[in-house]
Amino acid sequence: MSGTFLGMPTAPPRGTGNIRGSEPFPAAARTELGNAQLRRNVGKATRTIRDKRIAVTGELPDWEELRSAGAAIKRDVLSRLPDLLEQFEQAVTARGGTVHWARDAAEANAIVTRLVRGTGSDEVLKVKSMATQEIGLNEHLADEGITAIETDLAELIVQLGADRPSHILVPAIHRNRAEIREIFLRAMPGVDPDLDDDPAHLADASRRFLRDRFMRARVAISGANFGVADTGTLSVVESEGNGRMCLTMPETLITVMGLEKLIPSYADLEVFLQLLPRSSTGERMNPYTSMWTGVTPGDGPGEFHLVLLDNGRTATLADEVGREALHCIRCSACLNVCPVYERTGGHAYGSTYPGPIGAVLTPQLAGMDTGSGDPNGSLPYASSLCGACFDACPVKIDIPSLLVELRHQHVEQAGFDAEQALMKAASAAMASAGRWTAAQRAAQLGRLLGRGGRIRALPPPGSAWTSARDLPVPPKRTFRQWWDSAEGRAAIERARREGGAR
Amino acid sequence: MRVALFATCLGDTLFPDAIQATALLLSRLGQDVVFPEAQTCCGQMHVNTGYQREALPLVENHAACFADESIDAVVVPSGSCAGSIRHQHEIVAERFGRPGLRDQVVRSRAKTYELAEFLVDVLGVVDVGATFPHRVTYHPTCHSLRMLRVGDKPLRLLRAVREIDLVELPEADQCCGFGGTFALKNADTSTAMLSDKLRNVGATDAEYCTAGDSSCLMHIGGGLSRLQTGVGTKHLAEILATTERTIAPKQGALA
Ligand code: SF4
Repeated sequence: MSGTFLGMPTAPPRGTGNIRGSEPFPAAARTELGNAQLRRNVGKATRTIRDKRIAVTGELPDWEELRSAGAAIKRDVLSRLPDLLEQFEQAVTARGGTVHWARDAAEANAIVTRLVRGTGSDEVLKVKSMATQEIGLNEHLADEGITAIETDLAELIVQLGADRPSHILVPAIHRNRAEIREIFLRAMPGVDPDLDDDPAHLADASRRFLRDRFMRARVAISGANFGVADTGTLSVVESEGNGRMCLTMPETLITVMGLEKLIPSYADLEVFLQLLPRSSTGERMNPYTSMWTGVTPGDGPGEFHLVLLDNGRTATLADEVGREALHCIRCSACLNVCPVYERTGGHAYGSTYPGPIGAVLTPQLAGMDTGSGDPNGSLPYASSLCGACFDACPVKIDIPSLLVELRHQHVEQAGFDAEQALMKAASAAMASAGRWTAAQRAAQLGRLLGRGGRIRALPPPGSAWTSARDLPVPPKRTFRQWWDSAEGRAAIERARREGGAR
Repeated sequence: MRVALFATCLGDTLFPDAIQATALLLSRLGQDVVFPEAQTCCGQMHVNTGYQREALPLVENHAACFADESIDAVVVPSGSCAGSIRHQHEIVAERFGRPGLRDQVVRSRAKTYELAEFLVDVLGVVDVGATFPHRVTYHPTCHSLRMLRVGDKPLRLLRAVREIDLVELPEADQCCGFGGTFALKNADTSTAMLSDKLRNVGATDAEYCTAGDSSCLMHIGGGLSRLQTGVGTKHLAEILATTERTIAPKQGALA
């Protein structure tokens, strides 16, 4: 996005990067639904994590209160984000870190590239990070001649497989171990050619591969799960310990953090460090929690840079209803319970953020450009509104209501089309009982379409229904016709007497 | 109690048996059932598809119909329509409505109940005197379960039915894939969800699958019919309204 400043207040810019798919959700979903292996892999994995999460959240007597506390802290952060960001910047700077502000993906990528270049290194280690995926950092660095190596096992599988992540927490959830073995044999330098698909052996192979890189790395790039405003502390939460290696071994550490990851004080970590692991991996506590504040001479990286990323977040914050999506702590619980995600997997969403939260966050960050058939405009509809995501979310984001709100915004922005005409006609027909009964009589003509009480084929758009399901033939009489009939009156009278006799 | 029946647009037009059953059941339980003729639709389809502006006249009509002080309670045999009235009417009224509509909406909402809620919470009955000698499985429907939190109220009502063989539905709380216009806009995903639901219904060997929402039953029933499973669907109200007298002569005597 070009930053021509015209001296007038403008709407905050929308985000750019990997937050827009190439085709609408229904089309992308159809492709993924055809992949039986993917459906089995994703279904099995989500079911396992789902059950574990329910077990460990059920253990805490105050789980609901914790969720409310998490939501309240996030609401507080968003209500005074500018002040907290300033406080945060001062705290980081005071402890020897350097803060950079990035409006969009291009700016963030340019800042990181410049910083890496400054170290003289052409190789960087990566800690799994959603923010850097969102801005497409690895691809950008590759174009600039810098090799980025992912150190999270699942992320490494995706990287070596020249694939895209399909889950927030388990990016390679769509792969099984036979596929992973194949990827390693094909793409991992120096791998043992006799490698089998035992998970321990696969993990061991990746460990050998990464150890080398850890020993020689001079620069690492991380994301952040939390940034603490009053102390300037950053935190990364992980399972494997590879992240900790990256955060401590290199000379220079660059962290890219979305603006909304801020929490007011150190004490608030207590709430989120309980909510996050239980919601994401179904563990009581994650194995590794790293925290660092600026730089400490003789201990850890000597140089620390923090890139604070907007990329559509300010625009999202401006939406009074939709800003709730910024509460998200990326635990992925909503993905694991979503029946749509379970069937289609993450790629169908076309964005770094898949699943229910992605369906809300992606169009908010990047916009829906509704006139142009933007795939992001299809995302708010990629849900049956079953509500499972709301129940699972540790910070109580009302995703179904947000989806409905975004659908409203989409319709308000979109031009006139066939669907709108239908909806307007239906609204007019239902606005009064007189017109409604006339419409019902017309519907009863539908009786002509059916045989044996069932309609098996309809013209479009009804054909989408009859592709897999019958439709009942409209009955001879509507309810209100029965109610108004002598027979109806007699039946009600009889029921009254029966009840009285009981 | 003077109880107004909200038939819902779908129930009135396509599933009158479920609404008749509700009217008969409530009458049998001693309620003075009325049917405000001006009613049409709660506007759920419009709101859920993004057409809040188009939902406004429906919300206005609904509120005008049911805010009336002579009505003590409004009963809706549909979890999703009750959910819409409870959670969405106020949003529409505030955004687009004339002054005063919001108050009217709040008044109508305060006395609106989904059928199972009304029976258990308001009337305080669990045994409604029904007899239904069939093997039945219950699908909780997402909006009843998560928007209204009806919990096990429908199951408690069903357990009290005489001669019923109630079997648990595996993965009951999974969405059937209907989701209103979702079934049309994302037909492939919806079908994938439906086929898992049908498999689970099949595993119960039930004769009927029941639920508190005709729309979900239309979806599940449409699938069962397409696969020619022989398994039927019945709205919860139809089972609860069936007594020994209504069974005796022949099936479908309610119609
Ligand atoms: S929306 Fe809630 S459940 Fe989903 S990833 Fe974010 S915090 Fe987790």
